[in-house]
Amino acid sequence: MQNNNWKKWKRKYTGMFYLTPWIIGFLAFQLYPLVMSFLYSFTDFTMLNDYKFVGLQNYIKIFTNDRLFLKSMKATFMYVAIALPLKMIISLFIAGLLNQKLKGISIFKVVYYLPSIFGGSVAITILWRFIFMKTGLLNTLIGALFSGYKAFDWIGSPKTSLPVISLLQVWQFGSSMVLFLAGLKQVPDSLYEAADIDGANAVQKYFRITLPMLSPIILFNLVMQMIQLFQDFTAAFVITGGGALKETYLYGLMLYENGFRYFKMGYASAQSWVLFVIIILFTFAIFRLSDGLVHYED
Amino acid sequence: MKKFLSYAFLCLVALIMIYPLIWLVFSSFKPNSEIFGSIRLLPQKWQTDSYTLGWRGTGQNSFGRFLLNTLELVVPTAAFTTISSCLVGYGFARFTFPLKKLLMILMISTLMLPNTVLVIPRFILFNRLGWNDTYYPFIIPAMFACTPFFIYMMIQFFRGIPRDLDDAAKIDGCNSFKTLIYVLLPILKPAMFSAFLFQFIWTWNDFFNVLIYISSVSKYPVSLALRMSLDSASAVNWSTVLAMSLVSMIPCILVYMLGQKYLIDGMATQGIKG
Repeated sequence: MQNNNWKKWKRKYTGMFYLTPWIIGFLAFQLYPLVMSFLYSFTDFTMLNDYKFVGLQNYIKIFTNDRLFLKSMKATFMYVAIALPLKMIISLFIAGLLNQKLKGISIFKVVYYLPSIFGGSVAITILWRFIFMKTGLLNTLIGALFSGYKAFDWIGSPKTSLPVISLLQVWQFGSSMVLFLAGLKQVPDSLYEAADIDGANAVQKYFRITLPMLSPIILFNLVMQMIQLFQDFTAAFVITGGGALKETYLYGLMLYENGFRYFKMGYASAQSWVLFVIIILFTFAIFRLSDGLVHYED
Repeated sequence: MKKFLSYAFLCLVALIMIYPLIWLVFSSFKPNSEIFGSIRLLPQKWQTDSYTLGWRGTGQNSFGRFLLNTLELVVPTAAFTTISSCLVGYGFARFTFPLKKLLMILMISTLMLPNTVLVIPRFILFNRLGWNDTYYPFIIPAMFACTPFFIYMMIQFFRGIPRDLDDAAKIDGCNSFKTLIYVLLPILKPAMFSAFLFQFIWTWNDFFNVLIYISSVSKYPVSLALRMSLDSASAVNWSTVLAMSLVSMIPCILVYMLGQKYLIDGMATQGIKG
């Protein structure tokens, strides 16, 4: 009898046993920090002194008395607005081209994916800085093509500094492309054959079959990319330092400066929660807007 | 004709994609004076001074030290991530237990949890534990499967293996752990390899976390060393900086060349069903 109970218990909880590392990790390194950062956001925590609760003061300051916050919001929204659509459209388009039955496709796949593996590494941001700086590669190339061209400071000019760092993200479209390509391979040929019989042209097939079939993957990728872009840091830190008149003062950079340079950790926590809420709102908005557009195969 | 246009376009894009990297390679062999103002791709005079100079590093620490540091940080992190994610993925994919649905939802939602909200309390926690300026803030969370991306990836791979194998192993008297080790792991090797490679590359390239956790120069990984070389001199010695950037990218490039099939396939599983 005892033995039987043990067996039952064992069968019930074996799976849970394998989950133990994650459950501990989740509680200690995800849930606990999440709760704490919410609590810190109502304090004047600095790591140096004792701290006290200050109520909503941090949040009030963010929205009424922080010029840099507004600047940073604007920069971050612009950054996402440039990088996200470009990255998605280019990776969709290229994935479509690579899905044809052509020879040597795998080589293109490898080449296009290559920039993505360097991600936000310092090495690649250094290269980027070097391409776009005043004496950099881009100006040299333009200068060689057009005599009399006066070198333009792409990084130092407020109008171009943000597009320059956004472009680094666009350059790394490879990971999205691979996702889309895998999705395209899943679309059954029979759908296209049926469309051929009905006399559909290539554009119709793309918009009526390919995009709807791919829509769950597009949605997933769009949301993940957006979340990541909202938090980007390295490019702004290494290439521009937030500069050209704070035009590239991305949210991640602001959080770093407040939290780890000035050690205003309570205040930075409050700011991180503002970003969190923005991300949640955008995620919901995307899911809401995509309702009816996204096609689930079930 | 359509084929030709496709090829031409793909080649053009490929050229734009890869030109900066090719150019980086050749520039690192140019003397500082030649890097600027010339569109010649190949150096007029090949020189390797940038490498010897850059390798010398700063003060006591050669660039080799920084590379070793990075390996010391990255290899355990990637290995532990692979092992822990594999166990957890097994649990999720092959068993039913109370609260499974809720835990699964929690796990998937942490996939979207922005790191920026967690960074400050984590920093404070690790500081209290005395882990700052060590590699523990990277290695310990890896032991506890703290990157849900990999758990998700493992679940997808487990789902691709027919359950008949588990059942057969069970009949042969294997318990669940033995089934995992002797039956499933050999099939899962490519998946584990791809998880390892991904985490290797991501941790190798990580900058934000090493920036906040690692403070002594002797423990710097390459990313911080590069950042320092860019910072220290008011006039940056670009040829050395470029040469060392390239050196720091080589391990990732090697990993990519060796495992590109696994990386691309691993990435591809993410989007399929969920």
